Amino acid sequence: MARKYDAIVIGGGHNGLVHAAYLARAGLDVCVLEARPLVGGATVTEEIFPGFRYSVFSYVVSLMRPDIIRELDLPRHGLAILPLESTLTPLPDGDRLYRDADHHRTWREIARFSIRDAEAYDEYGRSLFYMARAVKYLLGIAPPDPARLGPRDIRGLLGLARHFLDLQPDQLHLLVKLMTMSAADFVDEWFETDVLKATLSASGIIGTFLGPRSPGTAYVLLHHYMGEIDGHFRAWGFAKGGTGAVANAIASAARQAGAEIRTDAPVARALVKNGRVNGVALANGDELHAKVVSSSLDPHRTFLDLVDADDLPADLVNSVRGYRFRGSSGKVNLALDAAPDFTCMPGHGPHLRGAVSISPSIDYLERAYDDARYGDFSREPYLDIVIPSAIDPGMAPPGKHVMSCFVQYAPYELREGTWDQKREAFGDTVVDTLARYVPNIRNIILHRQVVTPLDIERTTGLTQGNIFQGELTPSQLFFLRPAAGYAGYRTPVRGYYQCGSGTHPGGGIMGAPGKLAAGRVLADLGRRGR
Amino acid sequence: MLLKTPFHPRTAPLCHSRRWRNWSGYASALTYEPGHEYEYYAVRSAAALFDVSPLRKYEVAGADAAALLDRVVTRSALDCPVGRVLYTPWCDEAGKMIDDGTVQRLSADAFRITSADPCLRWFQDCALGMDATVRDVTTDLAALALQGPTSREILAEVITGADIVALPYFALTEVKIGPAPVTITRTGYTGDLGYEIWMRPEDGVGVWDALTEAGCGYGLAPAGLDALDMVRIEAGLLLKDVDYVSTWTALIESRKSSPYEAGLGWAVQPRPGRDFVGGRALAREADAPSEWGFAGLEVDWPHIEARFAAVRLPPLVAGRASREPVPIYAGKTQVGYVTSSTFSPILKKYIALATIRREFARPGRRVKFELTVEFVRHTVPARVVRTPFFDPARKRE
Repeated sequence: MARKYDAIVIGGGHNGLVHAAYLARAGLDVCVLEARPLVGGATVTEEIFPGFRYSVFSYVVSLMRPDIIRELDLPRHGLAILPLESTLTPLPDGDRLYRDADHHRTWREIARFSIRDAEAYDEYGRSLFYMARAVKYLLGIAPPDPARLGPRDIRGLLGLARHFLDLQPDQLHLLVKLMTMSAADFVDEWFETDVLKATLSASGIIGTFLGPRSPGTAYVLLHHYMGEIDGHFRAWGFAKGGTGAVANAIASAARQAGAEIRTDAPVARALVKNGRVNGVALANGDELHAKVVSSSLDPHRTFLDLVDADDLPADLVNSVRGYRFRGSSGKVNLALDAAPDFTCMPGHGPHLRGAVSISPSIDYLERAYDDARYGDFSREPYLDIVIPSAIDPGMAPPGKHVMSCFVQYAPYELREGTWDQKREAFGDTVVDTLARYVPNIRNIILHRQVVTPLDIERTTGLTQGNIFQGELTPSQLFFLRPAAGYAGYRTPVRGYYQCGSGTHPGGGIMGAPGKLAAGRVLADLGRRGR
Repeated sequence: MLLKTPFHPRTAPLCHSRRWRNWSGYASALTYEPGHEYEYYAVRSAAALFDVSPLRKYEVAGADAAALLDRVVTRSALDCPVGRVLYTPWCDEAGKMIDDGTVQRLSADAFRITSADPCLRWFQDCALGMDATVRDVTTDLAALALQGPTSREILAEVITGADIVALPYFALTEVKIGPAPVTITRTGYTGDLGYEIWMRPEDGVGVWDALTEAGCGYGLAPAGLDALDMVRIEAGLLLKDVDYVSTWTALIESRKSSPYEAGLGWAVQPRPGRDFVGGRALAREADAPSEWGFAGLEVDWPHIEARFAAVRLPPLVAGRASREPVPIYAGKTQVGYVTSSTFSPILKKYIALATIRREFARPGRRVKFELTVEFVRHTVPARVVRTPFFDPARKRE
């Protein structure tokens, strides 16, 4: 006999787990179905090479909502976020830009390039603080639809108007600029130092098939700045045990609240009858029943794979077909026999505990994009590097290290050949790029895992390997995410909900879509969350 | 000029912050790096090395050594087996606390005591007529605290002469680090897995070097008093003259605290026939409890955030522990005061140690914590919880 639940959550990524935890806390009998043997989705730690633990996909944490951490009491379930305190940008000539928590040292470091920039840096930080605070409000609300104007939409829009009218005029102007400008133009308004501008605007291209000079990237930059740790914006951290530890903590909280989590349980489709969902069919043919089914998968899978297009309005189907995924990034994870030795900062030091950004100039990043525009991976890619073992010794055997290199650009659609053919060439390009700044790198690599956009798609199910379940450009945000008219977590199929990063407020290890969607489900059931 | 501990040749060049505090006349690093955040996380996630040499140290020897300890401290020292360590307060005749520290039983008739402040005269006076000598060995012993989840693995790499894995919580062992004979106690002021290492001053630098070299692969970081102050609050451990005032320095009676009032009632261990200093007063207090008690408080963080957000500020609670006394209310009545507080980054909670009227000290009681935001005083809800706030299983395992 088929087991019956109150709610089934498709996908055990961090959003699916957050969603399930909130539903279970409200008293629902919840089951999470995860295709892989482990939970986490793109938030996993795996020991691919013995003794070395990789955060295979996502690698740093900042956006995770503090209210979720508190309400689910994730620290008690093992979540510990260790600070990433610095950013090092090595330069090809052996110089560098190093910024850390020491305000005066960072000032001096920027002043080596430009005293004006060193002084503008504080003002830039303050401005982004105002922006992050302005946008933070949006992270906590379900997006109202300005075209629909139901009572909930009107209430939401009034709240929005009140919130934004509360901003100082110059802050409101800046916010509009952020939503429309390119990251490079945005940082140009403050700075003249190329390496500083490049490193700051690099946050604007992550996970996005756009260059730093493409309009829309300024918002992506802000998206990476509004992370909040202990009340402070812009703080980035590293989850002890890798990002998989985040998923495991949420899973533990969900289980404690009564949720059942099944792994190795891929879902084939949602069961829809007369416009209403009544369960799911697993790939093995089993059926599970529930009046509520929430998909944490991306919009493509949620609307085009799991249900029949016939059950959906044509405008939604068209919108989802046009929704931009465009995977643009890959990952290279390295097991190292020793610590990497940077030409610009030789030996051990606190810089190994921070981020390293290979972004020497705006032109460098733009050229990297140029390659990708025509279907090649970047010959000299942008790299965002962390060395988790330098922060958390448990990630590698003593004295050895793991290095996580986020690589951009790696277009999902290649001009020639396939990713299966080009995987190792891509890995070589990354190592060659690294070797320009870390001369000892080739000698210390014990193992290399190359993750292409195709690998991301195959392993996690993220369409085209887009890490955010769809680009975070303004045309795909807020009431437009994932499609105009379908942004409120409900779908046209009754009882079928969406709760992944493809909904507002988007990607990153944030958990907000999962929580906001749970609020929607519970409100529809007439239940109160806790 | 502040004195240098035996580790100063190593700690001074590492102290990039140049921030030192006077600890019993010694220069003691507040932080090594410009901020203490990394050092804090080192304690909880890897390992941290603290120079705790300024602690006062005494050695008690003689046929009556055990009897002397049993007379001086509130815990039943006669029951302490050789090779074990006790944490204990000691009191005056009125049952008010003088100081607190650890007592190591080195052999049947030898003990070592640590204290925050000088106590030699007190111990010697208490020994009147007993076959026990008390020596101040403060400058004869250097001390390091190696604390954190990887501390055991680091020690295992450097020590010879014993199996460190087998050393139980609050036990001691005599081993060697390189050529240096050291005592290792599984104790600390962090509430985490950790050890304290006691050695001759001339061996200090060699031991430091051995530990830091072995610790390199285990995330070991030198750590200062700013980080220590946060972790000891998480561990619910008291700091003399902050969380309680010694009966010797309290100018007025109301400032003095008994172990019961300081949350150390568990450490008062009477035995039939046992006569210890303050024992009679404490027995009376056990029958007729004081109106004051001790409580751990969890201050409601969303309320703190909301109070700051109301004036458009992020929650500006200092990133380090505070020793500012803060009033605690029930309704409009003040019912106590917080003595130490900190935001706990690992727990994501604002926590505090408080002296509070006994009827409010029960876990679950709701009180109000005074919070000053933009020069205006408010109150935010707080809840009495059990301490330690942070109590990982590895501490005892």
